[in-house]
Amino acid sequence: MSTSALIVQSGLADHLRKSRWPARLDLLQSGTGLILALFMWGHMFFVASILLGETAMWTVTRMFEGYFFFGGARPRLVSCVAAGVLLLFVLHALLALRKFPANYRQYRVLRAHVRAMRHEDSALWIWQVYTGFALFFLASAHLYQMLVWPQNIGPYASADRVWSDGLWPFYLLMLLAVEAHGGIGLYRLAMKWNWPRFSRNFLKKLKWGLTGFFLILGLMTLGAYMKIGFEHQARYGERYRPAELPAWLERLAPEGDFPRRGPKENAS
Amino acid sequence: MSAEKTPNPSRRVTLNILRYNPQEAESEPRLQRYALEEADGMTLFIALNELREHQDPTLQFDFVCRAGICGSCAMMVNGRPRLACRTLVADLPSETTLTPLPFFELIGDLSVNTGKWMRGMSERLETWLHARETEPDLGRIEERMQPETAEAIYELDRCIECGCCVAACGTAQMRPDFVGAVGLGKIVRFRADPRDTRDDDDYFELIGDDTGVFGCMSLLACHDVCPKSLPLKTQIAFLRRKMALIA
Repeated sequence: MSTSALIVQSGLADHLRKSRWPARLDLLQSGTGLILALFMWGHMFFVASILLGETAMWTVTRMFEGYFFFGGARPRLVSCVAAGVLLLFVLHALLALRKFPANYRQYRVLRAHVRAMRHEDSALWIWQVYTGFALFFLASAHLYQMLVWPQNIGPYASADRVWSDGLWPFYLLMLLAVEAHGGIGLYRLAMKWNWPRFSRNFLKKLKWGLTGFFLILGLMTLGAYMKIGFEHQARYGERYRPAELPAWLERLAPEGDFPRRGPKENAS
Repeated sequence: MSAEKTPNPSRRVTLNILRYNPQEAESEPRLQRYALEEADGMTLFIALNELREHQDPTLQFDFVCRAGICGSCAMMVNGRPRLACRTLVADLPSETTLTPLPFFELIGDLSVNTGKWMRGMSERLETWLHARETEPDLGRIEERMQPETAEAIYELDRCIECGCCVAACGTAQMRPDFVGAVGLGKIVRFRADPRDTRDDDDYFELIGDDTGVFGCMSLLACHDVCPKSLPLKTQIAFLRRKMALIA
C-alpha cells in the first residue's frame, strides 16, 4: 500500500498536498458532457433524415456503415461508434454521480430548498438529476441495442422496432429525457466556464429555443417511424432497399449493387 | 415616466415568522402569525422592530447598520435570502413568510450566527494578505498600485458577508463543508492583489477540491440573490478556469 493511501486511511488526507484529480474530474465531466450533447444533436439530425424520405434515411445509415467507402456495408462500424459513446456515457454518468444527493437527508433538504427558492437555474439542475437518472437506464439500453444489433438500423428495420416491437414509448421517454438533459447541460456548461461569453439571458433563450426545436424534430421523427412501422407491420422483418439512387450516389455504391445508368451519349 | 410606488396606508400585512429557540429544550419550530399596518417607506427591518416593540418582545432577529452595509439582517423572505433593511414591505405580498437563513448556526427565531462560520471560512481559506515581509514596517509608505487594480480589488471587496449567497446555494445545503461563493470570491480578491505573494498553486491547496471551486454546481442562486450585486458567476467561473489549468 502506498504511503499516501496509508495517510488517507489514517484520516490525515487534509495534511497531504491537494490532489489534482478533482480538477481533472471536473474537466472530464464537462468534456464528456459536451461531446455527448453535441453527439446527441447530430444523432437527432441523422435519425430525422426519415422526414426527407426512406431513401434519405437509408443513405445516411449506409454511409455510417461505410457502404459507400468500403465496397459493402460494415455494421460493425456502427457498433464501434456505439461502444465509444457508451464508454463516454458511463464515464460521464460516473462523474455526474459525484454531484447527486448522496442520501435521503441531502435529497430532502435540496428539494425543500429548490421549492422554497423558486429559482429557475436551481430547478433546472434538479431536472438534470431526474433526467440523468432516467438516462442511466434508457440510454444504456439503447446503446446496448445499437452495439449488439447494428444491422437493424434502417427505414423499415427501425420503424419495425419502434412500432411492431412496441418500443415507441421507450423512445418517447428517452427523447424527452435526453433533450431536456442535454439542453440544460450545455447551458449550465456555458455558465460554469463562462464561455461562450454571451449574456445569460441570451443563452437561456437559446437553450429553450434549441430544446423546443429538437423536441419538435424528435416528435415528428418518432411519428414518422411509427407511421412507417404501422404500415409495414404485415411485412415485418423486410429490409428497405431503394429501387434506384440518384446518379451521384449510385457512382459511390459498390459495383453491381445498383444498375449503372450509362454516361449520356455524346451528341457529336 | 414611471410612477413612484406608493404604499397603501390602509394595507394590513401578515408576517408568518418561524419561531424556534434552540436554547430551550421544550421549544419546537412553528410559524407564528403577526399582523401590522403598513407605513410609508416601511422596510422589513422597521416592521420587525415594530412587532418586537408593540407585539412580541421575545422575537429574535439581528440588525446593526440598517443601511445594507453590515449584512446582519439577512433572512429568508418567502423562501429567498434578502436583507430585511433593504426590503420594502410595499414590494411584498400582503402575506409574507420569514425564516432564518439555513446553513448557519441558529441563535433563535430569525437570528443566526453567520460570523462564526465566516470566521471559520476565513481561517480555512487564509483570506488575508500574505505579504513578502513577515514583520511589516508600519512606517514605510505603501507600495504604489495602478488605479484600475485598486478599483478592481475594491470591487471584489464589496462583499458584506451577509451569508445570502451561502443560504441560496443548493450545494451548501447538501454539503456543509462547501466554502460558498463568499469564500471563492475572497480568493479571487486576494489573487487580484499584487501585494499578495501567493500563486495559483497556493490557491489550489485552499480551494482545489469539491469543498472549494470544483464543488460549485453553477446553480447561480448566489449570483441572483447577492444584495450587493457582485458578479459571483463570473468570479467563480474565472477561478474554476485558473484552478483547472493547475491540473
